[in-house]
Amino acid sequence: MQMTEDMTGTPSEEGAAEEGSHWYDNEAGPLVRPYAMTGGRTRPGPSGVRFDLIALVTLDPGAPAVDDAPLGPEHRNLLDLCRPETQSVAELAAGADLPLGVVRVLLGDLLELGCVTVSRPVPPAQLPDERILREVIEGLRAL
Amino acid sequence: MVSEHSDAPGGDSAALALKILVAGGFGVGKTTLVGAVSEIRPLRTEELLSEAGQSVDDTDGVDHKTTTTVAMDFGRITIRSGLSLYLFGTPGQDRFWFLWDELSQGALGAVVLADTRRLEDCFPAVDYFEHRHIPFVVAVNCFAGARRHGATDVSRALDLDRGTPVVLCDARDRDSGKEVLIRLVEYAGRMHTARLLDSVG
Repeated sequence: MQMTEDMTGTPSEEGAAEEGSHWYDNEAGPLVRPYAMTGGRTRPGPSGVRFDLIALVTLDPGAPAVDDAPLGPEHRNLLDLCRPETQSVAELAAGADLPLGVVRVLLGDLLELGCVTVSRPVPPAQLPDERILREVIEGLRAL
Repeated sequence: MVSEHSDAPGGDSAALALKILVAGGFGVGKTTLVGAVSEIRPLRTEELLSEAGQSVDDTDGVDHKTTTTVAMDFGRITIRSGLSLYLFGTPGQDRFWFLWDELSQGALGAVVLADTRRLEDCFPAVDYFEHRHIPFVVAVNCFAGARRHGATDVSRALDLDRGTPVVLCDARDRDSGKEVLIRLVEYAGRMHTARLLDSVG
């Protein structure tokens, strides 16, 4: 899927609507184009990793000190969300209240910097073994 | 070097997450079902669509850029530490079907929720999962006031492949929702075994 949010729309272009208040929404607060947080990038960095919705993100215990890393507030927010426990990409997007595409780019940065590890979910068309399925069924029964 | 790693199949040490999709027509109770069984209040993720959205949206005469947001609600069930099940409600509108391809990647299976008063709403979902050989069960959400139909009637009306389970359920009820998921996981296991046997035979 192509996720190319157009970043060329500068305030001067958009602001032609003659509404100075255009950039502040009374309910939502300041309006920031979501991909501004990623510096306009719409895909994760050079590794090109495509994070599945249920890929699990864990803080890397051997990660460099966060203070030294070139991280924005959104990056740090994601790290904070992962701190108590491993989070899926979907949970991070919901927790940070950011669109999935944005979260994927930010996670790509964190992965490149060695701040997190990301587990790949079960490959397509390959089910986990019978033992795990039985465990799931028993777990559901016990709920 | 990127430290992405793949979970060893069946490995106890690596955390494992499984994905189940909940599909069906608009307003059939997908989020209700997710909420009934989830241990967390259903969360919402949003995907922004710009180009893809524009190609299907009629934006003629609209001079501002359109960015469409598609919301997906999801919930989680922790089976044990390191093994969790995620339930995703698929976007209801047909024009967001391309998102399903991503959602269904690596999914354990799907629940197609049906309402007998407008059974045709779930035809696209049934077609989708049948064509992609993704195991699914049809869960008939028994709305109050809707005429009761037997599972066999629904199965025939949907022209389901033999063996595709049809379960009557109440999407608001936790136990009922659990039962639907159990039937799905059992069926997914059977389908998988059958496919393995096929491939060696």
